[in-house]
Amino acid sequence: MQPIAMNGDQAIAYAWKQVNPDVVAAYPITPQTIIVEAFSEYVADGLVDTEFVCAESEHSAMSLCIGAAAGGARTCTATASAGLAFMWEMLYIAASMRLPIIMAVANRALSGPINIHCDHSDTMGARDSGWIQIYGENAQEAYDNSIMAFKIGEHLDLRLPVMTNFDGFITSHSLENLSLLQDDDVKKFVGEFKAIRPLLDYRNPVTYGPFDPPDFYFEHKYQQVEAMSRAMPIIKKVADEYAKLSGRFYDIVEPYRTEDADFVAIAVGSTAGTLRSVVDELRAEGKKVGSLKLRVFRPFPDKEIIEALEGKKAVAVLDRAISFGATGPIFPEVRSALFDASERPKVVNYIYGLGGRDVSIEELKSVYNGLMTGRCDRVNYLGVRI
Amino acid sequence: MSDPEKKYKDYPEGGVIDEAGSARKYKTGDWRSQKPEVDKEKCINCLWCWVYCPDNSILVEEGKMVGFRYSHCKGCGICAAECPKKAITMKKEGN
Ligand code: SF4
Ligand code: SF4
Repeated sequence: MQPIAMNGDQAIAYAWKQVNPDVVAAYPITPQTIIVEAFSEYVADGLVDTEFVCAESEHSAMSLCIGAAAGGARTCTATASAGLAFMWEMLYIAASMRLPIIMAVANRALSGPINIHCDHSDTMGARDSGWIQIYGENAQEAYDNSIMAFKIGEHLDLRLPVMTNFDGFITSHSLENLSLLQDDDVKKFVGEFKAIRPLLDYRNPVTYGPFDPPDFYFEHKYQQVEAMSRAMPIIKKVADEYAKLSGRFYDIVEPYRTEDADFVAIAVGSTAGTLRSVVDELRAEGKKVGSLKLRVFRPFPDKEIIEALEGKKAVAVLDRAISFGATGPIFPEVRSALFDASERPKVVNYIYGLGGRDVSIEELKSVYNGLMTGRCDRVNYLGVRI
Repeated sequence: MSDPEKKYKDYPEGGVIDEAGSARKYKTGDWRSQKPEVDKEKCINCLWCWVYCPDNSILVEEGKMVGFRYSHCKGCGICAAECPKKAITMKKEGN
C-alpha cells in the first residue's frame, strides 16, 4: 500500500477499523478524542460492525469494556490523563478478571493545574494495575502496536489487557507518512476472538467478579504474576510474526549504537527518536554514546536492560513523570535491574518534559555531557527554570 | 473453604466461579469468634431471635426455637441482645 498521511489518533482508529472489534466504548478526552471520533465515522459509514457505545464517563467506559469482554466480545477503548485516572478502579478489575481489553492512551499530564499536553504521569501511575504497557514512538508505531496488542492480550497463555501508549499531541496530532497493512492481512494476523468462559454462554453459567476471601485471593493474584511472567516471550513472538507481515520489527528494548558506547540514555515514547539523532550528532564528534528505547514497560524488561547496559560507564534514565517524594518512575526500576549486572554502571535520573514542555536537542546533549563529565546529580531536572 | 491441597493453578483464572450454586458450600460460620448458646429453661419460644437474626441461623421446629445453624451463624450476638428472657448467651468460640 502507498504511504498515507495520518496523525497518531487516526492511525489507531484505522487499525481498529481493520480489526473490526465487537465493542468499542467511547468517551472523548483530549488528546485521544480523534480516535473515537474517527472510529464513530467508520461505524456510521457501515465499514465496521462494531457496537459503538457512548459512555457517560471513563469509569463507565472501562466498566462497559469489562462487561463486554466478560460477555465474550473483542473490546477496545481509548483515554488519556484524568480519564485514565477515573478508570483506576476498573483497570485493576479488568486485569484481575483476565479480560484482554485493548486501550489506546494518548499520554497526557495529570492535574493540577490543568494541562492537556504530553507527559507520562497518567500511564506511569497505572503501572501497577496489571495491564501490559507498550509505548509507541510515533504514529507508525501507534498503528503497529494497536494491531499487535490484540494478538498479545488475547494470547491463550496470557489473557491480559494491553495499554498501547503514545505521546499526546506530539504523536496523536502530528501528521506522518505511514505504511498501512491490507485489511485482510490484519484480519488474518489477529485471527478470530476466542472467548474464555463468556458470560453469555448460558449453558455453562459462570460468575464474574465475586468476593474473593483470603482463602483464594492471593492465589488469583499469583495467577496474574505468572501470566505477566509469560508475557515477554509472547510479545517477542508477536513482534516476529508482525515483522514477517509488515517488514517492521519492534523489540522489547531497542538499543541504538550502544554496542561500544560508554554512555547511554534511556527513554520511552517520542523522545526515543530525538535521542537517536542526538546520539548521531555526538557520535560525529567522536563521543562514545548510545541510546535505549524502552518499548515495553509492563512487564518490566530487567533481563533485556542488563544485556544492553552491563559494563557501561554511566546511564541516564529520562522520565517524563515524577513520583513525588521519590524520583521518576522508570529510574528506580532500571537501577534495580542493573543492581544484578556483573559490572554496574552509574545510573542517574533526568526528569523532563512535564506538561508538554519541549525537550530540545541541546538539552538532550546536556544529558550526555552530564554523564561524560560526571557533573550531574542523582536526580536532575531538564528544562525547568530553577 | 479452600482445599489446602489445591494450588493456584487449580482455580479458574480471574476468580471466575464456573459452578452454579457453589455458595451453598461456603460455610460462613467459619468467620465466627463467639457462638450463641440457648438456655431452653428460660426460653418462651417467642421467636424474637428468629425475627432478628440477620443470617437466618435460628432453627425453628413446630413453632419452637430449637437451636442454631452454626454452619452460617456469624456470632454477631444480635439474638442474645434481643432475647426478652436473656435466654441466649454468647460464648467464646472453641471453648
Ligand atoms: S428470643 Fe429468647 S425467648 Fe424468644 S425464642 Fe429466642 S431464645 Fe427463646
Ligand atoms: S449470633 Fe447472630 S448470626 Fe448467630 S444466631 Fe445469633 S443473631 Fe443469628
